[in-house]
Amino acid sequence: MASVKMLSYIKRDSPIHRLCGVTKLYTFLVWTIVCMLSYDTRVLLVVMALSIIIFYLAKIKLEEVRFVLLFILFFLLLNNITIYLFSPEEGVKIYGTRHVLFQFTNRYTVTKEQLFYLFNVTLKYFTVVPIALLFIVTTDPSEFASSLSRIGISYRISYAVSITLRYIADIQSDYHNISQSQQARGVDLSKNVPLRKRIAGISSIAVPLIFSSLDRIELISNAMDLRGFGKKEKRTWYCARPFQRIDSIVIIGVTLFGLAALIITFHDGTRFYNPFI
Amino acid sequence: MSEPVIEFKNYSFHYRAQEKPTLYNIDLRITKGEKILIAGPSGSGKSTIVHCINGLIPHYYKGESTGELLIHGEKAENLKIFDRSKIIGTVLQDSDGQFVGQSVGEDIAFALENECTTQPEMKDIVDRVSKIVNINRHLENAPQEISGGQKQRVSLAGVLVDDVDILLFDEPLANLDPATGRYTMELIDRLSKETGKTIIIVEHRLEDVLWCPIDRVIVMNDGRIVADEPPDQILSTGLLRQYGIREPLYITSLSYAGIQITPEMHPSHINTLKMDVVRQPLLRWYQQIPPSEAESQAESILSLQNVSFSYDGLHEVLHHIRFDIHKGEMSAIVGKNGAGKSTLCKLICGFEKPCSGDIIMNGKNLNGVSIRDRANTVGYVMQNPNQMISKVLIREEVGLGLKLRDVDPQEIEERVNAVLQICGLYPFRNWPISALSYGQKKRVTIASILVLEPQIILLDEPTAGQDFRHYTEIMEFLQTLQERGLTILLITHDMHLMLEYTRRAIVIADGRLICDDSPARVLSDLNIIRPADLKETSLFTLAEKACLDDPLNFVQCFIDYDRRVRKTWHQ
Repeated sequence: MASVKMLSYIKRDSPIHRLCGVTKLYTFLVWTIVCMLSYDTRVLLVVMALSIIIFYLAKIKLEEVRFVLLFILFFLLLNNITIYLFSPEEGVKIYGTRHVLFQFTNRYTVTKEQLFYLFNVTLKYFTVVPIALLFIVTTDPSEFASSLSRIGISYRISYAVSITLRYIADIQSDYHNISQSQQARGVDLSKNVPLRKRIAGISSIAVPLIFSSLDRIELISNAMDLRGFGKKEKRTWYCARPFQRIDSIVIIGVTLFGLAALIITFHDGTRFYNPFI
Repeated sequence: MSEPVIEFKNYSFHYRAQEKPTLYNIDLRITKGEKILIAGPSGSGKSTIVHCINGLIPHYYKGESTGELLIHGEKAENLKIFDRSKIIGTVLQDSDGQFVGQSVGEDIAFALENECTTQPEMKDIVDRVSKIVNINRHLENAPQEISGGQKQRVSLAGVLVDDVDILLFDEPLANLDPATGRYTMELIDRLSKETGKTIIIVEHRLEDVLWCPIDRVIVMNDGRIVADEPPDQILSTGLLRQYGIREPLYITSLSYAGIQITPEMHPSHINTLKMDVVRQPLLRWYQQIPPSEAESQAESILSLQNVSFSYDGLHEVLHHIRFDIHKGEMSAIVGKNGAGKSTLCKLICGFEKPCSGDIIMNGKNLNGVSIRDRANTVGYVMQNPNQMISKVLIREEVGLGLKLRDVDPQEIEERVNAVLQICGLYPFRNWPISALSYGQKKRVTIASILVLEPQIILLDEPTAGQDFRHYTEIMEFLQTLQERGLTILLITHDMHLMLEYTRRAIVIADGRLICDDSPARVLSDLNIIRPADLKETSLFTLAEKACLDDPLNFVQCFIDYDRRVRKTWHQ
């Protein structure tokens, strides 16, 4: 069942878990912006080091997120390969020099610049992924919903987010059960079958999943109505976490850090750090 | 006379999407502090009554109503669903689906949150209420970490946070194992005694509800109230059987013995039943039942040898399970929720792999045989048919497994038709599945497994949530399959099912096989009943209370007699 629970809240006591949901969301957004914009290797290395330290602080074990991590690594590899296949000279274009290491064909040469560019792309993944994962696995969905409503988002919307997260585990296990029973009937989702068949196979799992989830939705919405959901303009939260001093400190720190990272990246007019000139 | 809290006056209701009204001329008066049971087959309108009371009609389900419905003397149409939630607390049937919080504490507090209660006050109330239903030690737990019975107590606590006057239970026993169901009834009884709240229970498992005293039983059929009487009276009329509600087993045995049941015998509970009147006739009846001939045992078809399993490599959920299933048997795997029954099923189907031990089918070790190949010999039918059905038309759905095995279309056609004939679905073969009833959908899923011609089929709770008529329909159908030579293995916690249809019960408790014997023996032995959260059959209790010499033999005789009766009744 390990894979069933792969992307949900992991309850634990750590400095990261104790932060308010808003703080974590803010940090995650700043991190994403920095990583999206910056190709500055020095900045990325520092941010990555920080990500890893924070990950360590959160007391989340690697094996708890192993599946997702492997999944992302696979995409990283795919991403790098496609970049190379479609644009083998991208690095040369960016950095303006050309140091050929060796050559496969006329079109596909391996240059230092291209390798350095791919290295930067990889770095971006390693920088943002730990923080994204942490955001998901250390934030109690209800607490997060309460934070969202505190920053002015309608509680109906934030509760929808939280209830979705509550049922992810159930829907994952439904998926698991349905897919097993359909496999027994002969649905094959492995690579050995042609794509067309695989798509048909997926639909034979998706259809029952969707219909049983619709039943679920009717039930939940009735259960919520019966207990007065939506009666008032506001609501309170049983598990709201007070916004503490540490949260302000983290938010100020992250803001300053984000600004610094962007200033360092852009001060020379380009977002790339160029070691070749 | 005390004041009425709910009063239906010549009330009728017609759902917008339905052709005919669902409730006709309902006259019903429920007074403060009463304990009411509403019973009736599926489609009789009992859920509709619940919706009318708690306000889901007209808030969610739309339709036309005539006549009057008064709640606390006020016209129901003037009370919004939110106003009613302050007066009436509803506990729905599906205790998992109605769990909206991320943790027990949060779920209990849900109604308080919606009222903008402050956090400290909420914590206080949750603390107090959770003690009433004895769930206070689990406040931090996530819904996945607690059992079905515990979830139900959470739902109950969730409505008790508002000081409601009326508690409405919609099939509270449907998803619970027998012992947990009994506990639930005792809890409801205690609440009613201590707080004087009005209790309305909708349920068709009459015997289980009557475990605690009930003031009145309302029987519904086709949208009308056909009886409204105290349980002693109802049980004396034979009305229940007429309307497809299962009467308690001990009552059935009394009628088999030719005893005329009267209210003066206090038949509503086995402890109040006047034993001196029934002893002689029971004795006479049971001594003249010929013993059933022992069945010769066929060869083993499936054999589990020392199978152990763990999901995470650390905690074993099944320990050294060993048993044989013989060809042509119908057997039951029973035990409390979470004992490992479903896991056992998954191992047999190959969805999970045992950590140690072997599963042998027809002398061949199944280790390493794929899910798909196993399905050619073992078919698995899930509990909820909606989780299996992926096609629009019946014939497509039934033929899916063959199509995926690249069987020739001509042959698919023939085999699908043959299976549809067996399952009594042939007249509907070109119908869309959405037009079928739940029981028919169940048949479609069974047909879609049978078409692969397995030698064994495994069914997970085949009759869960079904009324007596559908239950009988499904079980009689399975029995005809068994008579055709199919081996059937059921996972269930329905004690009646086990007694009536299976010859053998494999009892699992805490991951261990603790007994493998006849259902009569299992349900008469406290050393097995207790750890497995089962319930002693009322037949055994009856025999004991009536001082019959061999209670176990009485249970067995009843089963044999009952089978014969049903068989002749069937022909």
